Amino acid sequence: MTRLITALIIGAIFGTGLAIAGMLNPSKVVGFLDIFGDWDPSLAFVMGGGVLVNAIGHRFVMKRKAPIQSATFSMPTSTNIDKPLVIGSVIFGVGWGLAGLCPGPVVASLLLNGQAMLPFFGLLITGLLVGQIVMRRLT
Amino acid sequence: MTIAWASFTPISAFLGGCLIGLAALLLMVFQGRIMGVSGIIGGLFGTASPAERGWRLAFLLGAVAGPIIWQAVTKAPIIWQAVASGPQFYIAAFLVGLGTAIGSGCTSGHGICGLARLSPRSLIAVMAFMTSAVATVAIVNHI
Repeated sequence: MTRLITALIIGAIFGTGLAIAGMLNPSKVVGFLDIFGDWDPSLAFVMGGGVLVNAIGHRFVMKRKAPIQSATFSMPTSTNIDKPLVIGSVIFGVGWGLAGLCPGPVVASLLLNGQAMLPFFGLLITGLLVGQIVMRRLT
Repeated sequence: MTIAWASFTPISAFLGGCLIGLAALLLMVFQGRIMGVSGIIGGLFGTASPAERGWRLAFLLGAVAGPIIWQAVTKAPIIWQAVASGPQFYIAAFLVGLGTAIGSGCTSGHGICGLARLSPRSLIAVMAFMTSAVATVAIVNHI
Protein backbone atom coordinates (compact mmCIF):
# COMPACT_ATOMS: atom_id res chain seq x y z
CA MET A 1 0.00 0.00 0.00
CA THR A 2 2.76 2.47 0.87
CA ARG A 3 4.38 1.62 -2.49
CA LEU A 4 1.21 2.66 -4.25
CA ILE A 5 0.97 5.89 -2.27
CA THR A 6 4.56 6.90 -3.05
CA ALA A 7 4.04 6.04 -6.74
CA LEU A 8 0.89 8.19 -6.73
CA ILE A 9 2.69 11.16 -5.13
CA ILE A 10 5.69 10.81 -7.46
CA GLY A 11 3.29 10.75 -10.42
CA ALA A 12 1.63 13.93 -9.14
CA ILE A 13 5.04 15.66 -8.83
CA PHE A 14 5.81 14.60 -12.40
CA GLY A 15 2.48 15.85 -13.74
CA THR A 16 2.78 19.15 -11.88
CA GLY A 17 6.31 19.60 -13.23
CA LEU A 18 5.03 19.08 -16.77
CA ALA A 19 2.27 21.66 -16.19
CA ILE A 20 4.64 24.29 -14.75
CA ALA A 21 7.17 23.65 -17.51
CA GLY A 22 4.62 24.32 -20.26
CA MET A 23 4.94 20.78 -21.62
CA LEU A 24 1.16 20.28 -21.55
CA ASN A 25 0.70 22.84 -24.31
CA PRO A 26 1.30 21.15 -27.70
CA SER A 27 1.74 24.56 -29.34
CA LYS A 28 4.64 25.39 -26.98
CA VAL A 29 6.27 22.00 -27.63
CA VAL A 30 6.07 22.53 -31.39
CA GLY A 31 7.40 26.08 -30.87
CA PHE A 32 10.52 24.45 -29.42
CA LEU A 33 10.82 21.93 -32.25
CA ASP A 34 10.33 24.66 -34.88
CA ILE A 35 13.97 25.78 -35.04
CA PHE A 36 13.52 27.04 -38.62
CA GLY A 37 10.60 29.27 -37.66
CA ASP A 38 9.89 31.49 -34.65
CA TRP A 39 11.89 29.39 -32.19
CA ASP A 40 10.96 29.16 -28.49
CA PRO A 41 13.98 27.61 -26.71
CA SER A 42 12.11 27.19 -23.37
CA LEU A 43 11.89 23.42 -23.44
CA ALA A 44 15.66 23.11 -23.54
CA PHE A 45 15.47 24.46 -19.98
CA VAL A 46 12.96 21.74 -19.04
CA MET A 47 15.36 19.09 -20.27
CA GLY A 48 18.27 20.88 -18.61
CA GLY A 49 16.56 21.13 -15.21
CA GLY A 50 15.30 17.55 -15.34
CA VAL A 51 18.60 16.01 -16.34
CA LEU A 52 20.54 18.19 -13.87
CA VAL A 53 18.47 17.27 -10.79
CA ASN A 54 18.28 13.61 -11.77
CA ALA A 55 21.98 13.33 -12.65
CA ILE A 56 23.15 14.88 -9.38
CA GLY A 57 20.76 12.78 -7.29
CA HIS A 58 21.39 9.60 -9.25
CA ARG A 59 25.03 9.47 -8.11
CA PHE A 60 23.87 9.34 -4.48
CA VAL A 61 20.96 6.96 -5.07
CA MET A 62 23.25 4.42 -6.72
CA LYS A 63 25.36 4.19 -3.56
CA ARG A 64 22.41 2.44 -1.92
CA LYS A 65 22.28 -1.36 -2.01
CA ALA A 66 18.57 -1.35 -2.82
CA PRO A 67 15.64 1.04 -3.29
CA ILE A 68 13.59 1.93 -0.19
CA GLN A 69 10.45 0.03 -1.23
CA SER A 70 11.79 -2.64 -3.55
CA ALA A 71 14.33 -5.46 -3.39
CA THR A 72 16.45 -4.38 -6.34
CA PHE A 73 17.08 -1.59 -8.80
CA SER A 74 15.55 -2.50 -12.17
CA MET A 75 17.94 -0.95 -14.65
CA PRO A 76 17.92 -1.40 -18.43
CA THR A 77 20.36 -4.18 -19.32
CA SER A 78 20.73 -3.65 -23.06
CA THR A 79 23.75 -1.59 -24.09
CA ASN A 80 24.00 -2.08 -27.84
CA ILE A 81 22.91 0.56 -30.30
CA ASP A 82 20.65 -1.44 -32.60
CA LYS A 83 18.25 -0.75 -35.45
CA PRO A 84 15.02 -0.92 -33.37
CA LEU A 85 16.38 1.75 -30.99
CA VAL A 86 17.11 4.18 -33.82
CA ILE A 87 14.15 3.37 -36.08
CA GLY A 88 11.68 3.35 -33.18
CA SER A 89 13.00 6.69 -31.91
CA VAL A 90 12.74 8.23 -35.40
CA ILE A 91 9.10 7.03 -35.65
CA PHE A 92 8.36 8.47 -32.21
CA GLY A 93 9.91 11.81 -33.22
CA VAL A 94 7.65 12.03 -36.28
CA GLY A 95 4.58 11.49 -34.09
CA TRP A 96 5.85 13.97 -31.50
CA GLY A 97 6.41 16.61 -34.19
CA LEU A 98 3.02 16.04 -35.84
CA ALA A 99 0.98 16.73 -32.70
CA GLY A 100 3.40 18.16 -30.10
CA LEU A 101 2.53 15.40 -27.67
CA CYS A 102 4.77 12.78 -26.06
CA PRO A 103 3.51 10.10 -23.61
CA GLY A 104 4.02 12.00 -20.31
CA PRO A 105 2.01 15.09 -21.28
CA VAL A 106 -0.67 12.89 -22.88
CA VAL A 107 -1.28 11.18 -19.53
CA ALA A 108 -1.01 14.44 -17.57
CA SER A 109 -3.66 16.16 -19.70
CA LEU A 110 -6.10 13.23 -19.89
CA LEU A 111 -8.69 14.97 -17.71
CA LEU A 112 -7.73 18.55 -18.59
CA ASN A 113 -8.68 17.94 -22.23
CA GLY A 114 -10.39 14.61 -22.14
CA GLN A 115 -12.30 15.06 -25.37
CA ALA A 116 -9.09 15.33 -27.39
CA MET A 117 -6.74 13.37 -25.18
CA LEU A 118 -8.73 10.20 -24.45
CA PRO A 119 -8.88 9.13 -28.12
CA PHE A 120 -5.23 10.16 -28.52
CA PHE A 121 -4.32 8.01 -25.51
CA GLY A 122 -6.31 5.09 -26.91
CA LEU A 123 -4.45 5.22 -30.22
CA LEU A 124 -1.13 5.68 -28.42
CA ILE A 125 -1.78 2.46 -26.47
CA THR A 126 -2.76 0.71 -29.72
CA GLY A 127 0.57 1.80 -31.20
CA LEU A 128 2.41 0.59 -28.09
CA LEU A 129 0.79 -2.84 -28.30
CA VAL A 130 1.55 -3.14 -32.02
CA GLY A 131 5.14 -2.09 -31.26
CA GLN A 132 5.39 -4.77 -28.56
CA ILE A 133 4.26 -7.40 -31.08
CA VAL A 134 6.83 -6.13 -33.60
CA MET A 135 9.55 -6.35 -30.94
CA ARG A 136 8.56 -9.92 -30.01
CA ARG A 137 8.75 -10.92 -33.69
CA LEU A 138 12.22 -9.41 -33.97
CA THR A 139 13.69 -11.28 -31.01
CA MET B 1 15.60 31.38 -37.55
CA THR B 2 14.25 33.95 -35.11
CA ILE B 3 13.79 33.66 -31.35
CA ALA B 4 10.21 33.88 -30.09
CA TRP B 5 11.05 36.12 -27.12
CA ALA B 6 7.37 36.75 -26.32
CA SER B 7 6.74 33.08 -25.55
CA PHE B 8 10.20 32.34 -24.04
CA THR B 9 9.72 31.17 -20.43
CA PRO B 10 13.10 29.91 -19.19
CA ILE B 11 12.39 30.17 -15.44
CA SER B 12 9.11 28.25 -15.32
CA ALA B 13 10.57 25.78 -17.83
CA PHE B 14 13.62 25.19 -15.66
CA LEU B 15 11.58 24.90 -12.42
CA GLY B 16 9.12 22.49 -14.05
CA GLY B 17 12.06 20.53 -15.41
CA CYS B 18 13.59 20.31 -11.92
CA LEU B 19 10.30 18.84 -10.60
CA ILE B 20 10.29 16.29 -13.43
CA GLY B 21 13.88 15.37 -12.54
CA LEU B 22 12.92 15.13 -8.85
CA ALA B 23 10.07 12.75 -9.71
CA ALA B 24 12.48 10.58 -11.72
CA LEU B 25 14.92 10.56 -8.83
CA LEU B 26 12.24 9.66 -6.26
CA LEU B 27 10.92 6.81 -8.40
CA MET B 28 14.44 5.39 -8.55
CA VAL B 29 15.15 5.80 -4.82
CA PHE B 30 11.79 4.38 -3.68
CA GLN B 31 10.98 1.75 -6.31
CA GLY B 32 14.23 1.30 -8.22
CA ARG B 33 12.52 2.12 -11.49
CA ILE B 34 13.32 4.28 -14.48
CA MET B 35 10.65 6.94 -14.91
CA GLY B 36 9.86 6.27 -18.55
CA VAL B 37 6.20 6.95 -19.23
CA SER B 38 5.94 4.86 -22.43
CA GLY B 39 7.48 1.92 -20.54
CA ILE B 40 5.21 2.46 -17.55
CA ILE B 41 2.12 2.40 -19.81
CA GLY B 42 3.44 -0.53 -21.86
CA GLY B 43 4.09 -2.57 -18.70
CA LEU B 44 0.43 -2.44 -17.75
CA PHE B 45 -0.36 -5.00 -20.41
CA GLY B 46 0.61 -8.59 -21.12
CA THR B 47 2.01 -10.81 -18.41
CA ALA B 48 2.73 -8.19 -15.74
CA SER B 49 1.98 -9.25 -12.14
CA PRO B 50 -0.63 -7.36 -10.09
CA ALA B 51 2.16 -5.68 -8.06
CA GLU B 52 3.82 -4.56 -11.30
CA ARG B 53 0.55 -3.16 -12.58
CA GLY B 54 -0.21 -1.50 -9.24
CA TRP B 55 2.66 0.98 -9.00
CA ARG B 56 2.38 1.79 -12.70
CA LEU B 57 -1.30 2.59 -12.42
CA ALA B 58 -0.73 4.63 -9.23
CA PHE B 59 2.02 6.66 -10.92
CA LEU B 60 -0.18 7.36 -13.97
CA LEU B 61 -3.15 8.34 -11.78
CA GLY B 62 -0.87 10.74 -9.91
CA ALA B 63 0.31 12.23 -13.20
CA VAL B 64 -3.34 12.78 -14.24
CA ALA B 65 -4.22 14.35 -10.87
CA GLY B 66 -1.12 16.56 -10.43
CA PRO B 67 -1.95 19.21 -13.04
CA ILE B 68 -5.63 19.29 -11.99
CA ILE B 69 -4.67 19.92 -8.35
CA TRP B 70 -2.08 22.49 -9.45
CA GLN B 71 -4.67 24.29 -11.58
CA ALA B 72 -7.17 24.30 -8.71
CA VAL B 73 -4.61 25.64 -6.22
CA THR B 74 -3.10 28.36 -8.43
CA LYS B 75 -6.44 29.19 -10.13
CA ALA B 76 -4.40 29.72 -13.32
CA PRO B 77 -5.78 27.67 -16.22
CA ILE B 78 -3.25 25.41 -17.89
CA ILE B 79 -2.93 26.52 -21.50
CA TRP B 80 -3.62 23.93 -24.18
CA GLN B 81 -3.42 24.91 -27.83
CA ALA B 82 -3.65 22.08 -30.35
CA VAL B 83 -1.39 22.08 -33.39
CA ALA B 84 -3.00 19.15 -35.14
CA SER B 85 -6.50 17.82 -35.74
CA GLY B 86 -8.17 15.05 -37.68
CA PRO B 87 -5.98 12.41 -39.32
CA GLN B 88 -2.70 14.20 -38.45
CA PHE B 89 -3.64 14.13 -34.74
CA TYR B 90 -4.58 10.45 -34.71
CA ILE B 91 -1.69 9.27 -36.88
CA ALA B 92 0.60 11.12 -34.46
CA ALA B 93 -0.90 9.23 -31.50
CA PHE B 94 -0.33 5.84 -33.13
CA LEU B 95 3.24 6.73 -34.17
CA VAL B 96 4.11 7.94 -30.66
CA GLY B 97 2.99 4.60 -29.21
CA LEU B 98 4.57 2.49 -31.95
CA GLY B 99 7.88 4.37 -31.95
CA THR B 100 8.36 4.41 -28.19
CA ALA B 101 7.64 0.66 -27.96
CA ILE B 102 10.16 -0.19 -30.71
CA GLY B 103 12.68 2.43 -29.54
CA SER B 104 12.30 1.36 -25.87
CA GLY B 105 11.52 4.79 -24.50
CA CYS B 106 10.37 8.37 -24.89
CA THR B 107 11.27 11.87 -23.75
CA SER B 108 11.11 10.92 -20.06
CA GLY B 109 12.83 7.51 -20.12
CA HIS B 110 15.55 8.23 -22.69
CA GLY B 111 15.58 12.02 -22.24
CA ILE B 112 15.39 12.78 -18.51
CA CYS B 113 16.53 9.42 -17.10
CA GLY B 114 18.83 8.02 -19.79
CA LEU B 115 20.83 11.21 -20.28
CA ALA B 116 21.21 11.62 -16.51
CA ARG B 117 22.62 8.07 -16.30
CA LEU B 118 24.92 8.83 -19.27
CA SER B 119 23.42 5.91 -21.20
CA PRO B 120 24.85 5.76 -24.76
CA ARG B 121 21.65 4.08 -26.00
CA SER B 122 19.54 6.92 -24.64
CA LEU B 123 21.83 9.56 -26.12
CA ILE B 124 21.40 7.97 -29.56
CA ALA B 125 17.63 7.70 -29.04
CA VAL B 126 17.33 11.37 -27.99
CA MET B 127 19.36 12.51 -31.02
CA ALA B 128 17.21 10.33 -33.29
CA PHE B 129 13.82 11.53 -32.01
CA MET B 130 14.89 15.18 -31.72
CA THR B 131 16.13 15.13 -35.30
CA SER B 132 13.01 13.50 -36.72
CA ALA B 133 10.72 15.73 -34.64
CA VAL B 134 12.49 18.91 -35.81
CA ALA B 135 12.42 17.64 -39.41
CA THR B 136 8.70 16.81 -39.13
CA VAL B 137 7.83 20.28 -37.79
CA ALA B 138 9.98 21.90 -40.49
CA ILE B 139 8.10 19.98 -43.20
CA VAL B 140 4.65 20.62 -41.70
CA ASN B 141 5.24 24.32 -41.00
CA HIS B 142 7.52 25.46 -43.79
CA ILE B 143 7.07 23.26 -46.87
